[in-house]
Amino acid sequence: MSLKKISKDQPDKFEFDQQSFEAAKKILSNYPKGKEKSAVMALLYIAQRQNNNWIPLSAIKYIAKFLNMPYIKVYEVATFYSMYNLSPVGNFHVQICTTTPCMIRGAYKIVDVCKKKISEKENVLSENGNCSWTEVECLGACINAPMMQINNDYYEDLDIRQSEKIIDEVLLGKKPKPGSYRGRINSEPENNRKTLLDLKNA
Amino acid sequence: MLKDEDRIFKNLYNDLGADLSSSKKRGDWTNTKDLCEKGRDWIIDEIKKSELRGRGGAGFPTGLKWSFAPKEVGSRPHYLVINADESEPGTCKDRDILRFEPHKLLEGCLIAAYAVNSHKCYIYLRGEYYNEGIELQKAIDEAYKDNLIGKNASGTGWDLDIYIHYGAGAYICGEETALLESIEGNKGQPRLKPPFPALVGLYGCPTIVNNVETVSVVPTILRKGSKWFASLGKPKNTGTKIFCISGNVNKPCNVEEEMGVPLKDLIETHAGGVVGGWENLQAVIPGGSSMPLLNKEISEKITMDFDSLVENKSGLGTAGIVVINKDQDIIKCFARIARFYKHESCGQCTPCREGSGWMWRILERMAKGEASREEVEMLFDVTKQIEGHTICAFGEGSAWPVQGLLRNFKKEIIKRNNFDPLVKSNKDIPYLVDQHLLEKDNAQNKS
Repeated sequence: MSLKKISKDQPDKFEFDQQSFEAAKKILSNYPKGKEKSAVMALLYIAQRQNNNWIPLSAIKYIAKFLNMPYIKVYEVATFYSMYNLSPVGNFHVQICTTTPCMIRGAYKIVDVCKKKISEKENVLSENGNCSWTEVECLGACINAPMMQINNDYYEDLDIRQSEKIIDEVLLGKKPKPGSYRGRINSEPENNRKTLLDLKNA
Repeated sequence: MLKDEDRIFKNLYNDLGADLSSSKKRGDWTNTKDLCEKGRDWIIDEIKKSELRGRGGAGFPTGLKWSFAPKEVGSRPHYLVINADESEPGTCKDRDILRFEPHKLLEGCLIAAYAVNSHKCYIYLRGEYYNEGIELQKAIDEAYKDNLIGKNASGTGWDLDIYIHYGAGAYICGEETALLESIEGNKGQPRLKPPFPALVGLYGCPTIVNNVETVSVVPTILRKGSKWFASLGKPKNTGTKIFCISGNVNKPCNVEEEMGVPLKDLIETHAGGVVGGWENLQAVIPGGSSMPLLNKEISEKITMDFDSLVENKSGLGTAGIVVINKDQDIIKCFARIARFYKHESCGQCTPCREGSGWMWRILERMAKGEASREEVEMLFDVTKQIEGHTICAFGEGSAWPVQGLLRNFKKEIIKRNNFDPLVKSNKDIPYLVDQHLLEKDNAQNKS
């Protein structure tokens, strides 16, 4: 269970805009009649996307009404899952995987880079307000360790120099190119492939 | 080494493209209709004969699981749920299937859904795999457009709708009942079993939950025959498996190999060897972080299949191999794994919620050399109090790695933490001593 800090500054009102509203309606049709509650996770994502990467309490209230659910049930879901941000994280949310497979390949060196460049503490906005970082648990790219996720994209096979470059770009408001930073292709053993060789470059 | 023609995932490294036309060239969707026309019983029987065991960690026979679904659809509809909530540290096989072989998964979904009488399939994808989700949705849209799924899917006369449901970063949702709770819009806390999902699952309806890799290999098994699949690997541990080799190896990679392949082959041949040479190997976690570690002696000769790993007090799990060399502090490594479990415990059962934190704190102190000699036994005792006393297998998953560490590296821990606790000189302080341990002492004194 993750600890969540609810932001002190909360907007009074939240409503889906046209685009979010249509996305929400579409999601609802995925589930059987009477089971609309299932859409709560997707709707929280939609709210988060609309509201600059975080979910205010008014959005939780709005979704509860939207799905005809008790407020506390939506609140429960929003606080249980670690991917819902309940306080502002900036336009670029940097998440560094530090679980053992990444740790033994030097993930904490990347944490140090973030400490130096973004902010001393986790979940604190950078000086220019567009970036924050946090340590997360396994992101499921262990063979590309160490790695980090910025918003939706994975940045893999990093070292100190590369991650410094990525963070610098992010701080300037630019989106760096995702993928492996050692130039290797996906999850293949670099320069050591022993299998499916006929298909390579087919 | 497994022959290339026997590999199921030909596009594991995305040499050929993941789109529908390239997938069809690899043989996906070629005779789905014929396979389904042979009937439900034939499909389930073939899967049973192939001895395919679930690839998500528990290794339950897939054909048997499917046969648990009611034969006739009653008043409640059936559901098929695919578990793509891959979050076990050391595991990243499903990610590549979702990115590069989505049509194998979708075809598997149709066959599995047909076999268990389901018209709706939900793929529970971990929220972090946003881009993989986009790729998968692309594949789903292509399949709908080509009428491979949807109404009268692939001409089988069977209707099937497939939806993606995004998770949001909770490891526990990989447990099948927690996953169902999560789809229902609740927090992901596991349910008591029985009733098993096959009878009472999603929305209280019969539900079959399968891992991505399990379902993706089904079409190939039916096409090439159960005999072919059963001829690979070892008896009861048949077929091929994607192994993820990460950690201190020179060339970390995913590779599909035969079950029962020697661990040393995987590390030396495919992953380019241990960093610093084989002599520099300290330990290997063979099946994702939940499985106890193997020491160097065992790693030397072990084969990677369910049964031989169980014999060596570990398990195949998800086949996520994490190699740890002698440059790493082994206690620190496991303290970090314990922190993972502390973070991911759903908080439902007390032994797990509290115990996972205790294990983490004790291990952190042990890594620094601040724990006392007696705490080594105490830590083992805590793991035993968690194991088997929780609703789901998360309890075991958090306790086993610590037990493995204590079994293999006890000397090292004691060497670093070799002093008596302050409390020893004054053992009468009841609230400072674990009551449970005191009782054991008493029992020994009496006898």
